[in-house]
Amino acid sequence: METIIFYILAAVIILFAVASVTSRKILRAVVYLLFVLIGIAGLYFLIDYNFLAAIQLTVYGGGIIVLFIFAVLLIHHVELELEKTALKKKLIAGLLSAAGLAVTLWAIFTYQFPETYPAYTSIEVADIGLILLSYEDGGFILPFEVISVLLVAVMIGAIIVAKGKKLVEDGSPKSEEGSKI
Amino acid sequence: MIAGISIYEILTLTSILFFIGIYGFFTRENLITVLMSVELILNASAVNFVLINTYLYPDLLQGAVFSIFIVALAAAETALAIAIIINLYKIIYSVEVKDTETMKY
Repeated sequence: METIIFYILAAVIILFAVASVTSRKILRAVVYLLFVLIGIAGLYFLIDYNFLAAIQLTVYGGGIIVLFIFAVLLIHHVELELEKTALKKKLIAGLLSAAGLAVTLWAIFTYQFPETYPAYTSIEVADIGLILLSYEDGGFILPFEVISVLLVAVMIGAIIVAKGKKLVEDGSPKSEEGSKI
Repeated sequence: MIAGISIYEILTLTSILFFIGIYGFFTRENLITVLMSVELILNASAVNFVLINTYLYPDLLQGAVFSIFIVALAAAETALAIAIIINLYKIIYSVEVKDTETMKY
């Protein structure tokens, strides 16, 4: 049963990923990306990592996709089609990606992974919370704090970048260069 | 781990996803779609972290934690990049890669 679900999820992920990078209607590309992200959340559910699946659905499906849709609607007309990429460029990019994929797959399939896997229990939220806030060896308190500082910095930075001009106009001489065109 | 699925199959899936992202990164000419390709790449690597953790070292949690950090970084990067793109559109009225020639104003 799980095997069948995995293959369905894999097919959905790959098909929609290809559609997402080749579709010329940009809003459709965003929606295809949403399907890919939901498929990956399904993959996390399949390996019993419910916490990250929920995070994936809320942060990606809820947050990032909405941001993308907002940006697309603010910038483009909904029906606008992207420029066609030159065939030569497509060919070169396709060949390079195929070569990279071949090398990666060769590396994966020649590496001897152990035949039998150790017994596995699902990853519990409590364990993740304990290791994230642990001071001992292998604890992740420092990266956790760094990430929180980074998120605050990004929030302030995004606000300042997005409102840009108004802040500069408050008295600094740069404002005239900034508001030309 | 998933019953009946070996680690090779899942690593193949994530590698294909990763290189689809790379292909999009090379061919797309619109900043928003380039950013979407970056999302694909980041997601593929996050899945790899979780899978290798659960298949090979199920008693550890390092891969699971790193995937959470990747999600946080991806969200931060997307928010900032979209703010920059919208600001850029206000200034040069375009989000095509070939039109963005100057970094300053």
